[in-house]
Amino acid sequence: MYVALLQHQPVIVGGDERLARAELRRQIGRLEHHLAALAAEGFPRVEIASGVPAVSREGRALDLGELEALRDALAARVEDGRAALRERVDEDARNRELLDRMLAAPAEHKWLRISRDAVGEPGCGHWHSRPRFGLLGMLMGWWRVRISSGCPLPGRLAAVER
Amino acid sequence: MTQGWVAPHLAAEFPGLGIAWIEVEGSPGRSPEPVRQRLRELSDRFYGSHAIHLRERPIPWAYRVFFRQIGLDPDRTRTPVEQLALDRLRDGGFVTNGLPADALAIATVETGVALRAFDADRLEGALSIRDSAPGESLPGRPGELPRGTLTIADERAPVGLLFGATGEGYGVEKATRRIAIAAVQVGAVPQIAVEEALWMVETTLESGGA
Repeated sequence: MYVALLQHQPVIVGGDERLARAELRRQIGRLEHHLAALAAEGFPRVEIASGVPAVSREGRALDLGELEALRDALAARVEDGRAALRERVDEDARNRELLDRMLAAPAEHKWLRISRDAVGEPGCGHWHSRPRFGLLGMLMGWWRVRISSGCPLPGRLAAVER
Repeated sequence: MTQGWVAPHLAAEFPGLGIAWIEVEGSPGRSPEPVRQRLRELSDRFYGSHAIHLRERPIPWAYRVFFRQIGLDPDRTRTPVEQLALDRLRDGGFVTNGLPADALAIATVETGVALRAFDADRLEGALSIRDSAPGESLPGRPGELPRGTLTIADERAPVGLLFGATGEGYGVEKATRRIAIAAVQVGAVPQIAVEEALWMVETTLESGGA
Protein backbone atom coordinates (compact mmCIF):
# COMPACT_ATOMS: atom_id res chain seq x y z
CA MET A 1 0.00 0.00 0.00
CA TYR A 2 2.78 2.36 1.01
CA VAL A 3 4.70 1.52 -2.16
CA ALA A 4 1.59 1.88 -4.30
CA LEU A 5 0.98 5.34 -2.90
CA LEU A 6 4.56 6.35 -3.61
CA GLN A 7 4.62 5.10 -7.18
CA HIS A 8 4.87 7.70 -9.93
CA GLN A 9 5.95 10.40 -7.51
CA PRO A 10 8.64 12.81 -8.70
CA VAL A 11 12.18 11.87 -7.83
CA ILE A 12 12.96 14.98 -5.80
CA VAL A 13 11.15 14.53 -2.51
CA GLY A 14 11.99 14.36 1.16
CA GLY A 15 15.20 13.07 2.69
CA ASP A 16 13.60 9.89 4.05
CA GLU A 17 12.56 8.77 0.63
CA ARG A 18 15.98 9.59 -0.75
CA LEU A 19 17.49 7.37 1.94
CA ALA A 20 15.03 4.63 0.99
CA ARG A 21 16.03 4.90 -2.65
CA ALA A 22 19.72 4.83 -1.71
CA GLU A 23 19.12 1.69 0.34
CA LEU A 24 17.25 0.05 -2.55
CA ARG A 25 20.08 0.92 -4.92
CA ARG A 26 22.55 -0.66 -2.49
CA GLN A 27 20.42 -3.80 -2.37
CA ILE A 28 20.21 -3.87 -6.17
CA GLY A 29 24.01 -3.72 -6.28
CA ARG A 30 24.33 -6.65 -3.90
CA LEU A 31 21.76 -8.71 -5.78
CA GLU A 32 23.54 -8.01 -9.05
CA HIS A 33 26.74 -9.25 -7.43
CA HIS A 34 24.99 -12.46 -6.30
CA LEU A 35 23.60 -12.97 -9.79
CA ALA A 36 27.04 -12.51 -11.34
CA ALA A 37 28.52 -15.07 -8.95
CA LEU A 38 25.70 -17.55 -9.62
CA ALA A 39 26.04 -17.13 -13.39
CA ALA A 40 29.78 -17.79 -13.17
CA GLU A 41 29.28 -20.77 -10.85
CA GLY A 42 26.62 -22.31 -13.06
CA PHE A 43 28.42 -21.83 -16.37
CA PRO A 44 28.33 -23.80 -18.64
CA ARG A 45 26.01 -26.40 -17.14
CA VAL A 46 23.29 -24.24 -15.62
CA GLU A 47 22.10 -21.10 -17.31
CA ILE A 48 21.12 -18.49 -14.76
CA ALA A 49 18.51 -16.05 -16.06
CA SER A 50 19.51 -12.58 -14.92
CA GLY A 51 17.36 -10.49 -17.23
CA VAL A 52 14.85 -8.13 -15.71
CA PRO A 53 12.80 -6.17 -18.24
CA ALA A 54 13.96 -2.60 -18.67
CA VAL A 55 11.81 -0.04 -16.89
CA SER A 56 12.38 2.54 -19.62
CA ARG A 57 13.94 2.73 -23.08
CA GLU A 58 16.35 5.45 -22.04
CA GLY A 59 18.09 5.75 -18.72
CA ARG A 60 16.47 7.89 -16.04
CA ALA A 61 16.36 8.12 -12.26
CA LEU A 62 13.79 5.61 -11.02
CA ASP A 63 11.28 6.38 -8.32
CA LEU A 64 10.90 4.40 -5.12
CA GLY A 65 8.20 2.07 -6.45
CA GLU A 66 10.19 1.24 -9.56
CA LEU A 67 13.34 0.60 -7.57
CA GLU A 68 11.42 -1.64 -5.19
CA ALA A 69 9.91 -3.62 -8.07
CA LEU A 70 13.36 -3.97 -9.62
CA ARG A 71 14.86 -5.11 -6.30
CA ASP A 72 12.10 -7.72 -5.93
CA ALA A 73 12.56 -8.96 -9.50
CA LEU A 74 16.31 -9.31 -8.98
CA ALA A 75 15.76 -11.08 -5.66
CA ALA A 76 13.46 -13.53 -7.47
CA ARG A 77 16.15 -14.10 -10.12
CA VAL A 78 18.71 -14.82 -7.40
CA GLU A 79 16.34 -17.28 -5.72
CA ASP A 80 15.57 -18.98 -9.05
CA GLY A 81 19.29 -19.17 -9.80
CA ARG A 82 20.10 -20.69 -6.43
CA ALA A 83 17.28 -23.21 -6.84
CA ALA A 84 18.54 -24.17 -10.31
CA LEU A 85 22.06 -24.69 -8.97
CA ARG A 86 20.79 -26.68 -5.97
CA GLU A 87 18.73 -28.86 -8.29
CA ARG A 88 21.75 -29.50 -10.44
CA VAL A 89 23.92 -30.36 -7.41
CA ASP A 90 21.26 -32.78 -6.17
CA GLU A 91 21.02 -34.39 -9.59
CA ASP A 92 24.81 -34.75 -9.73
CA ALA A 93 24.77 -36.40 -6.30
CA ARG A 94 22.05 -38.84 -7.37
CA ASN A 95 23.98 -39.71 -10.53
CA ARG A 96 27.17 -40.20 -8.51
CA GLU A 97 25.39 -42.63 -6.23
CA LEU A 98 24.06 -44.47 -9.26
CA LEU A 99 27.57 -44.57 -10.72
CA ASP A 100 28.93 -46.05 -7.47
CA ARG A 101 26.25 -48.72 -7.55
CA MET A 102 26.97 -49.45 -11.21
CA LEU A 103 30.71 -49.75 -10.55
CA ALA A 104 30.02 -52.11 -7.64
CA ALA A 105 27.55 -54.28 -9.60
CA PRO A 106 27.74 -53.78 -13.39
CA ALA A 107 25.46 -56.76 -14.09
CA GLU A 108 22.65 -55.07 -12.21
CA HIS A 109 22.91 -51.98 -14.42
CA LYS A 110 23.11 -53.50 -17.87
CA TRP A 111 23.85 -51.04 -20.69
CA LEU A 112 23.60 -48.07 -18.35
CA ARG A 113 25.74 -45.17 -19.52
CA ILE A 114 26.59 -42.21 -17.30
CA SER A 115 28.45 -39.24 -18.70
CA ARG A 116 31.02 -37.18 -16.82
CA ASP A 117 28.76 -34.18 -17.31
CA ALA A 118 25.95 -35.99 -15.48
CA VAL A 119 28.08 -36.25 -12.33
CA GLY A 120 29.48 -32.73 -12.56
CA GLU A 121 32.89 -33.70 -13.93
CA PRO A 122 34.55 -31.78 -16.76
CA GLY A 123 35.28 -33.50 -20.06
CA CYS A 124 33.37 -35.70 -22.48
CA GLY A 125 33.99 -39.19 -21.04
CA HIS A 126 31.43 -41.62 -19.76
CA TRP A 127 31.01 -44.87 -17.85
CA HIS A 128 29.21 -47.62 -19.67
CA SER A 129 28.09 -51.01 -18.32
CA ARG A 130 28.74 -53.52 -21.15
CA PRO A 131 29.30 -57.26 -21.47
CA ARG A 132 32.85 -58.56 -21.88
CA PHE A 133 33.32 -60.40 -25.22
CA GLY A 134 30.04 -59.16 -26.65
CA LEU A 135 27.28 -61.74 -27.08
CA LEU A 136 29.20 -64.42 -25.20
CA GLY A 137 29.61 -62.10 -22.22
CA MET A 138 25.94 -61.26 -22.36
CA LEU A 139 24.98 -64.92 -22.22
CA MET A 140 27.53 -65.69 -19.50
CA GLY A 141 26.72 -62.59 -17.44
CA TRP A 142 30.25 -61.14 -17.69
CA TRP A 143 29.37 -57.50 -17.25
CA ARG A 144 31.89 -54.73 -16.59
CA VAL A 145 32.04 -50.95 -16.66
CA ARG A 146 34.04 -49.42 -19.48
CA ILE A 147 35.41 -45.89 -19.12
CA SER A 148 35.54 -43.97 -22.37
CA SER A 149 38.75 -42.26 -23.39
CA GLY A 150 37.29 -38.74 -23.21
CA CYS A 151 36.82 -35.94 -25.71
CA PRO A 152 37.37 -36.65 -29.42
CA LEU A 153 40.70 -35.43 -30.77
CA PRO A 154 40.62 -32.41 -33.11
CA GLY A 155 41.79 -34.57 -36.01
CA ARG A 156 38.85 -36.90 -35.64
CA LEU A 157 36.44 -33.98 -35.43
CA ALA A 158 37.94 -32.51 -38.59
CA ALA A 159 37.45 -35.87 -40.33
CA VAL A 160 33.77 -35.80 -39.37
CA GLU A 161 33.45 -32.28 -40.79
CA ARG A 162 34.96 -33.49 -44.08
CA MET B 1 41.71 16.16 -18.17
CA THR B 2 38.69 18.34 -17.52
CA GLN B 3 36.07 17.37 -14.99
CA GLY B 4 32.50 17.99 -16.07
CA TRP B 5 29.59 18.60 -13.75
CA VAL B 6 26.58 16.54 -12.76
CA ALA B 7 23.16 18.04 -12.04
CA PRO B 8 23.00 18.36 -8.23
CA HIS B 9 19.88 16.25 -7.76
CA LEU B 10 21.44 13.48 -9.88
CA ALA B 11 24.70 13.73 -7.95
CA ALA B 12 22.67 13.29 -4.77
CA GLU B 13 20.82 10.30 -6.22
CA PHE B 14 23.89 8.64 -7.74
CA PRO B 15 26.97 9.31 -5.62
CA GLY B 16 30.10 8.84 -7.70
CA LEU B 17 28.44 9.72 -11.01
CA GLY B 18 30.76 11.91 -13.03
CA ILE B 19 32.08 12.85 -16.42
CA ALA B 20 35.61 13.79 -17.40
CA TRP B 21 37.03 14.48 -20.82
CA ILE B 22 40.09 15.29 -22.82
CA GLU B 23 40.53 16.82 -26.24
CA VAL B 24 42.90 15.40 -28.80
CA GLU B 25 43.88 16.83 -32.17
CA GLY B 26 42.96 14.37 -34.85
CA SER B 27 40.57 13.04 -37.43
CA PRO B 28 38.95 9.66 -37.85
CA GLY B 29 40.70 7.19 -40.09
CA ARG B 30 42.11 3.75 -40.56
CA SER B 31 44.03 2.44 -37.56
CA PRO B 32 47.78 2.17 -38.17
CA GLU B 33 49.51 -1.18 -37.78
CA PRO B 34 50.67 -0.68 -34.14
CA VAL B 35 47.06 -0.10 -33.05
CA ARG B 36 45.81 -3.09 -35.04
CA GLN B 37 48.61 -5.16 -33.53
CA ARG B 38 47.53 -4.05 -30.08
CA LEU B 39 43.96 -5.13 -30.81
CA ARG B 40 45.23 -8.54 -31.91
CA GLU B 41 47.29 -8.88 -28.73
CA LEU B 42 44.27 -7.88 -26.68
CA SER B 43 42.20 -10.53 -28.48
CA ASP B 44 44.82 -13.15 -27.57
CA ARG B 45 44.62 -12.14 -23.92
CA PHE B 46 40.82 -12.11 -23.73
CA TYR B 47 39.14 -15.51 -23.59
CA GLY B 48 35.65 -16.81 -22.97
CA SER B 49 36.49 -17.30 -19.30
CA HIS B 50 37.20 -13.56 -19.02
CA ALA B 51 33.78 -12.83 -20.47
CA ILE B 52 32.10 -15.24 -18.04
CA HIS B 53 33.71 -13.63 -15.01
CA LEU B 54 33.61 -10.08 -16.38
CA ARG B 55 30.55 -8.99 -14.43
CA GLU B 56 32.15 -10.14 -11.18
CA ARG B 57 34.97 -7.63 -11.61
CA PRO B 58 34.35 -4.36 -9.71
CA ILE B 59 34.26 -1.89 -12.61
CA PRO B 60 32.10 -3.88 -15.07
CA TRP B 61 29.88 -4.76 -12.11
CA ALA B 62 29.53 -1.06 -11.21
CA TYR B 63 28.29 -0.25 -14.72
CA ARG B 64 25.85 -3.17 -14.68
CA VAL B 65 24.47 -1.98 -11.36
CA PHE B 66 24.16 1.58 -12.65
CA PHE B 67 22.32 0.33 -15.74
CA ARG B 68 19.87 -1.44 -13.46
CA GLN B 69 19.50 1.64 -11.29
CA ILE B 70 18.54 3.82 -14.25
CA GLY B 71 16.01 1.33 -15.53
CA LEU B 72 18.01 -0.36 -18.31
CA ASP B 73 18.40 -4.13 -18.57
CA PRO B 74 22.14 -4.73 -18.99
CA ASP B 75 21.39 -8.09 -20.61
CA ARG B 76 19.71 -6.23 -23.47
CA THR B 77 21.35 -2.80 -23.47
CA ARG B 78 24.90 -3.96 -22.87
CA THR B 79 27.42 -1.97 -20.89
CA PRO B 80 30.28 -0.83 -23.17
CA VAL B 81 32.81 -3.37 -21.89
CA GLU B 82 30.30 -6.25 -22.05
CA GLN B 83 29.34 -5.29 -25.60
CA LEU B 84 33.01 -5.39 -26.59
CA ALA B 85 33.43 -8.77 -24.86
CA LEU B 86 30.41 -10.14 -26.68
CA ASP B 87 31.69 -8.83 -30.03
CA ARG B 88 35.10 -10.37 -29.28
CA LEU B 89 33.54 -13.81 -28.74
CA ARG B 90 31.23 -13.49 -31.75
CA ASP B 91 33.89 -12.23 -34.18
CA GLY B 92 36.76 -14.31 -32.83
CA GLY B 93 38.78 -11.20 -32.03
CA PHE B 94 38.55 -7.47 -31.51
CA VAL B 95 37.84 -6.26 -35.02
CA THR B 96 39.30 -2.93 -36.07
CA ASN B 97 36.83 -0.12 -36.67
CA GLY B 98 39.39 2.60 -37.30
CA LEU B 99 40.26 5.51 -35.07
CA PRO B 100 39.08 6.71 -32.65
CA ALA B 101 36.85 3.62 -32.15
CA ASP B 102 39.85 1.26 -31.76
CA ALA B 103 41.46 3.53 -29.16
CA LEU B 104 38.22 3.60 -27.18
CA ALA B 105 37.87 -0.19 -27.46
CA ILE B 106 41.43 -0.80 -26.20
CA ALA B 107 40.98 1.52 -23.23
CA THR B 108 37.53 0.16 -22.37
CA VAL B 109 38.65 -3.47 -22.45
CA GLU B 110 41.79 -2.70 -20.43
CA THR B 111 40.10 -0.57 -17.77
CA GLY B 112 36.36 -1.33 -18.01
CA VAL B 113 35.57 2.40 -18.12
CA ALA B 114 32.78 3.62 -20.44
CA LEU B 115 34.04 6.11 -23.01
CA ARG B 116 32.42 8.29 -25.64
CA ALA B 117 33.85 10.30 -28.52
CA PHE B 118 32.48 13.63 -29.73
CA ASP B 119 33.51 16.23 -32.27
CA ALA B 120 35.18 18.72 -29.92
CA ASP B 121 34.60 21.68 -32.25
CA ARG B 122 30.85 21.15 -32.06
CA LEU B 123 30.78 21.23 -28.27
CA GLU B 124 30.22 24.45 -26.42
CA GLY B 125 31.61 24.79 -22.92
CA ALA B 126 31.80 22.07 -20.33
CA LEU B 127 30.23 18.65 -20.63
CA SER B 128 27.73 17.61 -18.03
CA ILE B 129 25.38 14.82 -17.06
CA ARG B 130 21.86 16.05 -16.54
CA ASP B 131 18.32 14.97 -17.16
CA SER B 132 16.43 16.36 -20.12
CA ALA B 133 14.25 19.38 -19.64
CA PRO B 134 10.68 19.48 -21.00
CA GLY B 135 10.67 20.09 -24.74
CA GLU B 136 14.29 19.08 -25.28
CA SER B 137 15.20 16.63 -27.99
CA LEU B 138 18.31 14.91 -29.24
CA PRO B 139 19.60 16.31 -32.55
CA GLY B 140 18.75 13.96 -35.39
CA ARG B 141 16.08 12.14 -33.44
CA PRO B 142 12.45 12.92 -33.96
CA GLY B 143 10.33 13.92 -31.02
CA GLU B 144 11.01 15.17 -27.56
CA LEU B 145 13.07 13.21 -25.09
CA PRO B 146 10.93 11.69 -22.33
CA ARG B 147 11.18 13.96 -19.32
CA GLY B 148 14.03 13.02 -17.02
CA THR B 149 16.05 11.15 -19.65
CA LEU B 150 19.69 11.09 -18.59
CA THR B 151 21.85 12.87 -21.11
CA ILE B 152 25.36 14.09 -21.74
CA ALA B 153 25.01 17.77 -22.53
CA ASP B 154 27.19 20.72 -23.33
CA GLU B 155 26.25 24.21 -22.19
CA ARG B 156 23.62 24.52 -24.92
CA ALA B 157 21.79 21.21 -25.27
CA PRO B 158 22.02 17.43 -24.95
CA VAL B 159 24.71 16.01 -27.23
CA GLY B 160 23.96 12.38 -26.52
CA LEU B 161 22.08 10.01 -24.31
CA LEU B 162 23.96 8.74 -21.31
CA PHE B 163 24.83 5.19 -22.51
CA GLY B 164 22.90 5.67 -25.71
CA ALA B 165 22.85 7.40 -29.07
CA THR B 166 25.01 10.41 -29.90
CA GLY B 167 23.23 13.48 -31.24
CA GLU B 168 23.51 14.02 -34.99
CA GLY B 169 26.45 16.23 -35.82
CA TYR B 170 28.15 15.68 -32.45
CA GLY B 171 29.78 12.38 -33.32
CA VAL B 172 33.23 11.99 -34.85
CA GLU B 173 32.91 12.39 -38.60
CA LYS B 174 35.20 12.90 -41.58
CA ALA B 175 35.30 16.65 -41.05
CA THR B 176 36.28 16.30 -37.38
CA ARG B 177 39.64 17.88 -36.53
CA ARG B 178 39.54 17.72 -32.73
CA ILE B 179 38.12 14.78 -30.81
CA ALA B 180 36.67 15.03 -27.31
CA ILE B 181 36.91 11.74 -25.41
CA ALA B 182 34.56 11.59 -22.45
CA ALA B 183 34.64 9.02 -19.66
CA VAL B 184 31.43 8.38 -17.75
CA GLN B 185 32.18 7.44 -14.17
CA VAL B 186 29.62 5.64 -12.02
CA GLY B 187 29.44 4.65 -8.35
CA ALA B 188 32.31 2.35 -7.53
CA VAL B 189 34.58 3.23 -10.45
CA PRO B 190 37.79 4.72 -9.03
CA GLN B 191 39.10 8.02 -10.35
CA ILE B 192 42.42 6.40 -11.20
CA ALA B 193 40.67 4.04 -13.65
CA VAL B 194 39.04 7.01 -15.40
CA GLU B 195 42.36 8.81 -15.67
CA GLU B 196 44.06 5.67 -16.96
CA ALA B 197 41.33 5.13 -19.58
CA LEU B 198 41.59 8.68 -20.88
CA TRP B 199 45.38 8.57 -20.88
CA MET B 200 45.27 5.28 -22.79
CA VAL B 201 43.00 6.73 -25.47
CA GLU B 202 45.15 9.85 -25.75
CA THR B 203 48.40 7.89 -26.17
CA THR B 204 46.80 5.48 -28.64
CA LEU B 205 45.43 8.32 -30.75
CA GLU B 206 48.72 10.22 -30.63
CA SER B 207 50.80 7.16 -31.47
CA GLY B 208 48.28 6.28 -34.16
CA GLY B 209 48.56 9.72 -35.69
CA ALA B 210 44.82 10.27 -35.67
